[in-house]
Amino acid sequence: MSAEQIAFKAPEIMIDRATHYCPGCHHGIAHRLVGEVLTEMGLVDDTLCVGSIGCSVFIYNYLNVDAVEAPHGRAPAVATGLKRSRKDKFVFTYQGDGDLASIGMAEIVHAANRGERISVVFVNNTVYGMTGGQMAPTTLIGQKTTTCPAGRCLDREGAPIRMSEIIGGLGGTAYCERASLDSVKNIRRAKKAIRKAFEVQQQGIGFGFVELLSGCPTNWRMDAVAANKRITEEMIPYFPLGVYKDVTAEGGCACTEHGTDSKEDK
Amino acid sequence: MSLYQDVIIAGFGGQGVMLIGNLLAYAGMEAGLEVTYIPVYGPEMRGGTANCTVVISSEDIGSPIIQRPKSLIAMNQPSMDKFQPRMQDGGIQIINSSLVDPALADPRVITYSVPANEIADGIGNTRMANMVALGAYVQATGAVPLDVVKKSLTSVISSHYSHLIPKNADALQAGADHVAAQMR
Amino acid sequence: MSDNKRIFIKGNEAIARGALAAGLTCYFGYPITPQNDIPEFLSAELPAVGGEFVQAESEVASANMLLGAAAGGARAMTTSSSPGISLMQEAISYMAGSDLPAVIVNISRGGPGLGDIGSSQGDYFQSTRGGGHGDYRTMVLAPGTCQEGYDMMIQAFDMAFKYRNPVLVLGDAIVGQMKEPVTPWVPESISNYGVEDWCLSGAVGREKRLLKSLFLEEGALAGQNIHLQEKYTAMQAEARADVYACDDAELVVVAYGSIGRIVKSSVRKLRSEGHKVGLVRPLTLYPFPATVLEDLAKAGKRFLTIEHNCGQMVEDVRLSIRKYADSDFHGHMPGELPGSDDFVQPILARLGR
Ligand SMILES: Cc1ncc(C[n+]2csc(CCOP(=O)(O)OP(=O)(O)O)c2C)c(N)n1
Ligand code: SF4
Ligand SMILES: [Mg+2]
Repeated sequence: MSAEQIAFKAPEIMIDRATHYCPGCHHGIAHRLVGEVLTEMGLVDDTLCVGSIGCSVFIYNYLNVDAVEAPHGRAPAVATGLKRSRKDKFVFTYQGDGDLASIGMAEIVHAANRGERISVVFVNNTVYGMTGGQMAPTTLIGQKTTTCPAGRCLDREGAPIRMSEIIGGLGGTAYCERASLDSVKNIRRAKKAIRKAFEVQQQGIGFGFVELLSGCPTNWRMDAVAANKRITEEMIPYFPLGVYKDVTAEGGCACTEHGTDSKEDK
Repeated sequence: MSLYQDVIIAGFGGQGVMLIGNLLAYAGMEAGLEVTYIPVYGPEMRGGTANCTVVISSEDIGSPIIQRPKSLIAMNQPSMDKFQPRMQDGGIQIINSSLVDPALADPRVITYSVPANEIADGIGNTRMANMVALGAYVQATGAVPLDVVKKSLTSVISSHYSHLIPKNADALQAGADHVAAQMR
Repeated sequence: MSDNKRIFIKGNEAIARGALAAGLTCYFGYPITPQNDIPEFLSAELPAVGGEFVQAESEVASANMLLGAAAGGARAMTTSSSPGISLMQEAISYMAGSDLPAVIVNISRGGPGLGDIGSSQGDYFQSTRGGGHGDYRTMVLAPGTCQEGYDMMIQAFDMAFKYRNPVLVLGDAIVGQMKEPVTPWVPESISNYGVEDWCLSGAVGREKRLLKSLFLEEGALAGQNIHLQEKYTAMQAEARADVYACDDAELVVVAYGSIGRIVKSSVRKLRSEGHKVGLVRPLTLYPFPATVLEDLAKAGKRFLTIEHNCGQMVEDVRLSIRKYADSDFHGHMPGELPGSDDFVQPILARLGR
């Protein structure tokens, strides 16, 4: 065989340009998985993306879909408004851990609790990447950052917040899973998880949430290989992978007692 | 006597341009002068080029941002391409001729070609090319005394790298010597 | 008292060190560029001197933590940049309405919205008009050098307690990110202006105290607003400006903060070429140094206001000189780093040259 064989091709939805992400950053992988799932679900033309504030603020440069920029942490509220004004469209947010689990805690909890028909991709890299590596709500105990130079201390800063456990415990959540981007095997599983979190929106049965454990080699001050190892050895034990809620078998969490559910417009 | 110098120091991220900018400004302060140092920061820094501006003056400094610099240290070609056209007529530039083509020097300005990478190599570490260039600049402009720059090394280089200070001082001296030979 | 050895530090660090010298005991903040050096520095240095450092979950929380610490009588501060300062406005309004002393630093950036992380003076209106809801003002100090960053923190805490009012220190990316020599000093004595007489310390052997901004009883809110207005009138005595080369000037340029010092270079250059131009650099933006400008207007000067925005302070300049003169305006757009060359032509044009 002499001709070159293309072993991998990015889906069309991905804009063909180099990303601004650091070497070894997992945002690029997460973007690609989102792009592949949207393509496979035939949603490319129907998708509205709500970007957040973090390193991924430039997601609109890489995904060829309509997008709006939300203020820091408010993406689930912006997505709520967008979905309610465009019920026939697929609406997702893409948020970092500082954005979603710190400043945006109220918005994410209430959007999930209301069972908004939106999907959320949550990239947890245990730091504020964009602003230079400050402590995040997800920073592990003992992890040194620029604002906890002695290492995060349980007594002073509290325990790292486990978002999937919280979102999985809320009434309006239809699907919630935590996955990881540290290995090929886990990346494959992550893609399935994203698909499920997107499908519940299409089925109109509730809120979809997927957490992706990701690396930030720059602010962790290590190379990409060491960063993957850190996810495997330090993050996954504290943030166990798995499905935290799945009501697809029961047909979702839509309200049946009060007649028609206005959010469900199918 | 009133003294005023300004310089843009530019190169690749990783060439240590911020470090020599800090060192120069620090030495200016140690010499009893007013100084400002301002880096280019932010997302621009990821990967690409880096630059900073230092102003040294015997009176209080107005603008720390200089659009038409009196001098330039260009550690690589893109830096020369970008900043040489902005220089004042008769200004002084140090070009790292290991990576910058001296043929592109504009006769409007006085150019000292310093093969900083090779000279640093000779001292034992290419990474000290920045120090060679700074030594050359100090010699060419007389902005601050070279020995004050050398003495300032301990304050600017993190203690983790303090064992490299003598070599850095050698690199500063080598750069100054190189220019002194050209000035004669 | 003061150790005269100069240290070479960023404006952000000068602000953090100035706050420590002013007796800071509680810091609350949330990361945002270009002021991250402040919380990063204080996360190590404040606990080391027994103070409290909290990275809050948001700027909304930081500002309300500040309100709480102020009620407890602490010398407390928060720092942020434009979008974060917007989120703090509700709490700042409550602090102003409740007569609480607090220091808020805004190392502002370009807007509106997410804007950019570069230099800008787009927050002048927000800073000097209260910023949140209701009739209130914060005192606003505008450093243009790293030393002023240090000094103005000491002044800011003093003013906050003197007037029991929030004080804002308004810098920008240039002041925050540049490095200059700074001479650290510590005030000989720090006055809390009788904080013990009003702060919450537990009603032991005294009447209980109440700090609030809700005034429902007939005439009560009017009374509180009259009291606040009297306070702002008294504050006018604190107005300050740096006046440079104005005596024989035909044209007076008015510019503040980092732009003020950059314009100083332009003015020097034009002076060296024989042009009669001077500079007024307001150091307090609220209270605005109106009488300084009014006196110059009376003396027949012409005015040009230069800002790194689309025209905000120029309104205060015009108000100050309205009886005698008007001011032209030159705006340098946020998003473009300004240098002294940018201002030479606009000044020459106003000189009619
Ligand atoms: C109101 C407000 N506060 C703070 C910021 C500054 N800011 C920008 S991105 C960011 C955090 C990003 O961290 P994360 O969400 O974890 O995303 P990552 O960069 O790690 O992917 C912050 C605090 C802002 N833009 N707006
Ligand atoms: S700072 Fe971290 S999260 Fe941001 S692009 Fe770099 S590696 Fe990725
Ligand atoms: Mg993060």
